[in-house]
Amino acid sequence: MLNRASRMRHSLIIAWSVAVVIFLYIPTVCIVLASLTASRYFQFPISKWGLDWWTKTLTSIEVRQLLTTSITIALLVTVVAVFLAFFGALAFARHDWKGRSVYQKIILLPIFFPQSVLGLALLLWFNTLGLPLSWKTAVFAHLVWIVPVVTLVISIQVYSFDPALEEAAYDLGASRWQVLKEVTLPVLFPGLFSGSLFAFLLSWGNFPLSLYTTGADTTVPEYLYAKMVAGYTPGVPVLGTISTAGAVVLLIGGYALITLLRRTRSTEQGGQDA
Amino acid sequence: MSPGFRASLPVVIFLLAGFAAPLIAVTWFSFMPARTFSFAGAATLENYRTIVESTSYISFLWSLGLAAVTVVLLAFIAYPVAYGLVRVFGKWSMLVTLLFTIPLFVSENIRLYGWVLFLIKNGVLLGTIKSLFGVQAESMLFTLPAIILGMVYVYLPFMLFPMSLGISMVPQDTRDAAVDLGASRWQVFREVELPLSMPGILIGCLLTFVLAVGAIAEAKVLGGQQIIPITHDIEIAFTYAQNWPLGAALAVLLMLVVGALVLLVLRRFDLDVLLGRR
Repeated sequence: MLNRASRMRHSLIIAWSVAVVIFLYIPTVCIVLASLTASRYFQFPISKWGLDWWTKTLTSIEVRQLLTTSITIALLVTVVAVFLAFFGALAFARHDWKGRSVYQKIILLPIFFPQSVLGLALLLWFNTLGLPLSWKTAVFAHLVWIVPVVTLVISIQVYSFDPALEEAAYDLGASRWQVLKEVTLPVLFPGLFSGSLFAFLLSWGNFPLSLYTTGADTTVPEYLYAKMVAGYTPGVPVLGTISTAGAVVLLIGGYALITLLRRTRSTEQGGQDA
Repeated sequence: MSPGFRASLPVVIFLLAGFAAPLIAVTWFSFMPARTFSFAGAATLENYRTIVESTSYISFLWSLGLAAVTVVLLAFIAYPVAYGLVRVFGKWSMLVTLLFTIPLFVSENIRLYGWVLFLIKNGVLLGTIKSLFGVQAESMLFTLPAIILGMVYVYLPFMLFPMSLGISMVPQDTRDAAVDLGASRWQVFREVELPLSMPGILIGCLLTFVLAVGAIAEAKVLGGQQIIPITHDIEIAFTYAQNWPLGAALAVLLMLVVGALVLLVLRRFDLDVLLGRR
């Protein structure tokens, strides 16, 4: 039973957390409001509501090009990052080996590094190698930061993975490939799934790395930045809202899928136990 | 070759080519003559001398100072929420975590732009005040507090999640034992909860500090370029000034500060304990 003092404390914590969440979503609300304004300049309280800027933005060919570039980069980053990070996570959390604690710290370094500086360093590096900058170099740049993050995300799943499962499969005569396909991958699937979600979304929202490494190609965050520095256009809030909504839908959809998956799996196991 | 070493190879090779090599290239470049664009020049310390003789140290101090203020504010703002995530919210904590995760995936300049719309003259805040009370208040946009607000806002999740990881490492039994032995709430916090969750808190502080030192968008979007952090100096050297060696030298100095700090703090931690092997 909670006594009075700790009930009081819990209510305070809840109130504070609600305030912090509101603080976190103030800008999002402002952007959505601004996108629904019909006038050329944003003024609050809004005198004229309308969806004019939405139709204008959605029918623009330029915006379609931007979305294509951003999605292509994010998809490629996801595929490569999950592949690399899968092995990276096994080395991080599954195997005991001599260089492991050093390796774990190496993985963290790119995460604990100012991204704008990393972007410039990569720009210089691509220039040295004579690589022309395009969305392809941006994929590489995103990976430098995203592979370590995804490695950590998958590692958390790998920690809870019982190596005895693999050994049992080997004892039963399974080949290395069979063990990977029938045991390791299915068990680690939730981790791989959240890893790919992270990879896609972090690439989708990345600005500092894209800024220096995309060359003539433009991603959505870069375009928005260029527009907002140049002065106010109502297209910025519209595209900002689209970008935010995309992230929300993917994240909530992904979360729902994972929960569903866990539930089916636990009922299956329950059935087997019975 | 052990299986762990073999599994680590793809990532390690990738990071050598994509992380170590660029940093070496930057370091090398910082010793090239000013305003050149090749690696072939005779090595010189000229760029570093230029920096020492210039006013760059002001930008350095701004970056470090802003980052320090951000970390301290965030430690106090995030702790109650992190505590709530672990001990109070129960089945709601998944939802709260999700709410704090979503903004991470939206480019920070879009979100900062939302703050501009909120704070600007005739924006959401001042427009509401005006229509309710008829008062035309001064906008805080393009001031130092606006930059700090932006930084606290952007880096909040990076403090919150490591912190809640740390708090979840405090065993309930230890807390109960302390209470049974007659410890007051404050004593439990100071003698049990705080020390045992310290690894997570420190990782959170380190992460936010490092990211905040590298911040550039907050000062540009919300600060109206009144304050020039070091990252902005570096960017100017690389872009408008077309002086890559100077920019590289500034970047090397920043990397040294960040690198020293990260290695110093990370050396003390066992990541296995922090991430999962309980």
